[in-house]
Amino acid sequence: MTSLIKVRGLTKVFGAGPNQFKALRGVDFDVDSGDFIAVMGASGSGKSTMMNILGCLDVPTTGGYRFMGHAVERFTQDQRALLRRRYIGFVFQGFNLLARTSALENVELPLLYRGESRAARHRGGMAALERVGLAAWADHTPAELSGGQQQRVAIARALVTEPQVLLADEPTGNLDSERSVEIMELLTNLNQEGGLSIVMVTHEPDMAAYARTIVRFKDGVVLAVERREECIDVRH
Amino acid sequence: MFGTSLLLALKEIRRHKMRSFLTTLGIIIGVASVVTMVSLGNGATQSVQDQVSSLGTNMLTIRPGQGFGRGGGSRPTLFDLDDVEAIRTQIAGIRVVAPQTSTQSTAIFEAQNWSTTVAGTTNEYFQASNLELADGRLFSDAELAAGKSVCIIGETVRANLFRNTDAIGKSLRLRDISCRIIGILAKRGQGGFGQNADDQVVMPLKTAMRRLNGNQDVQTIQVAVEQQFDSGAIDDEISSLLRERRHLRPGMEDDFSIFDSKQLSDTLSGTTETLTMFLGAVAAVSLVVGGIGIMNIMLVSVTERTREIGIRLAIGAVRREVLMQFLIEAITLSSIGGFIGLVVSFAATTVISFGVGLPFMFDFGIAALAFFFSALIGILFGYFPAKRAASLNPIEALRHE
Repeated sequence: MTSLIKVRGLTKVFGAGPNQFKALRGVDFDVDSGDFIAVMGASGSGKSTMMNILGCLDVPTTGGYRFMGHAVERFTQDQRALLRRRYIGFVFQGFNLLARTSALENVELPLLYRGESRAARHRGGMAALERVGLAAWADHTPAELSGGQQQRVAIARALVTEPQVLLADEPTGNLDSERSVEIMELLTNLNQEGGLSIVMVTHEPDMAAYARTIVRFKDGVVLAVERREECIDVRH
Repeated sequence: MFGTSLLLALKEIRRHKMRSFLTTLGIIIGVASVVTMVSLGNGATQSVQDQVSSLGTNMLTIRPGQGFGRGGGSRPTLFDLDDVEAIRTQIAGIRVVAPQTSTQSTAIFEAQNWSTTVAGTTNEYFQASNLELADGRLFSDAELAAGKSVCIIGETVRANLFRNTDAIGKSLRLRDISCRIIGILAKRGQGGFGQNADDQVVMPLKTAMRRLNGNQDVQTIQVAVEQQFDSGAIDDEISSLLRERRHLRPGMEDDFSIFDSKQLSDTLSGTTETLTMFLGAVAAVSLVVGGIGIMNIMLVSVTERTREIGIRLAIGAVRREVLMQFLIEAITLSSIGGFIGLVVSFAATTVISFGVGLPFMFDFGIAALAFFFSALIGILFGYFPAKRAASLNPIEALRHE
């Protein structure tokens, strides 16, 4: 497996002076292409901060971050936005779909920012909805969809740009267990069938069980990395 | 990039119809009220100026005594024809001088009678007062010189005595004289102050002196000043001339008064202009209130929109694209609102002007000012919260509650 993300000695400090809070205190972290990593840890352990830095939504205080060999810590804000646009897909706990906007238009949005034509947007958007099994719901707004469906639309929006890596921050946090399993099976399927690299933050062991690798965070450092030989196989 | 932002902006406006409507409503009300108020104020000012100038601009009216009405104490000395002649010959810059006597009398024609003012004067009176004939002719020199019993009547007198029949050539009776009607004045309507020019009978000065009043007194002298001369300066010249003729020593008060119609015109114009400014100020308040409405709706939607901005940034929008979208949204809503506001104010000004009978004076300067002011508010308050939101870390923007 080739290395997709290589993080070395990463620190992140919030605030200054006596209120200073060290969220990350020297993290080394690797994502190999095609891996499915579950990042676990108590709240405040630095896993979400790590995720935001991996997703180029935030910048590290010190340390190196290589994404496909590029030194991301030296990128400008716009360069990081362009990196997100091309190579990174995001799935959030709270779905974060645009209200009053149809599923299809939500999914098409990244393509719009990439400057794709109307026809290409429609084709890509429908294909992505097809992959998450919601092609029939293309015209529905988020308010007309269940939580599980909304999260699947969000996954479709993340997939539509054919990203190198999908970053999911507690994707099942707002869902009941049945919907959670649906989402996890979808993600696992995308990883195993489509070879999509996934980094997922979760604190539920049941969800982490779907991953190939589990990285445990505690107090801003990586506590342990477990390679799992027997992950749940969703291939039938 | 611009195309993308434009597309996104228009989509957002369409999606949030209520928000868009409320934003534009603030601007519509603000623009429409300011422009309508100021335009109507201008119309009122113009209307007053028209009325005053219809009475004869640059006209001095000289009366015996001080002030209007008859003051107590001794009756002031009246003028005579020599005074009129002195003014005519010794003062430069005078267009016409019209001596005038006036008395109340009942005009009788057959079974009809009508109490009215009878003025004895010369043809200059019509010039000085801007009166025109609807029918007939002015006095001839012979009639003036001989003091013939002829008269020109106002519209009110004609309507009351003659109804729909022709009055020219008929004779009406004033006290014990009979006079033949040779002309009818064009209707002017109530001037608002002074006597009603429609309700009078005008006869040659000599006729009135001899046959109605029985003396040679001139009660008022009207002086029309040439356009290029300053009525104030002529006022002073006439004043000193009359003081001399009436043997008033320095320090003694004038026993006559000179009324300058230009002063009245200036005073009235000043009053209506003040009124216009006042209305404009009231309307400016509504523009500000409209602006606050825009601010509110923009700030209320900023929470929702901060999350939206976070989403857009997270899925790969560049900051500039997001800001451009918000700027276009703000500009579009503000200009649509401003434009509707202008249309509304134009319609309102037209309807109200017509209804109230004011001249239509749409103020394009104020229209432009109000338009740009409200557009500015819309853009500022649409853009700057967005700018602040876009400068947030996308994560913070997404967490915004």
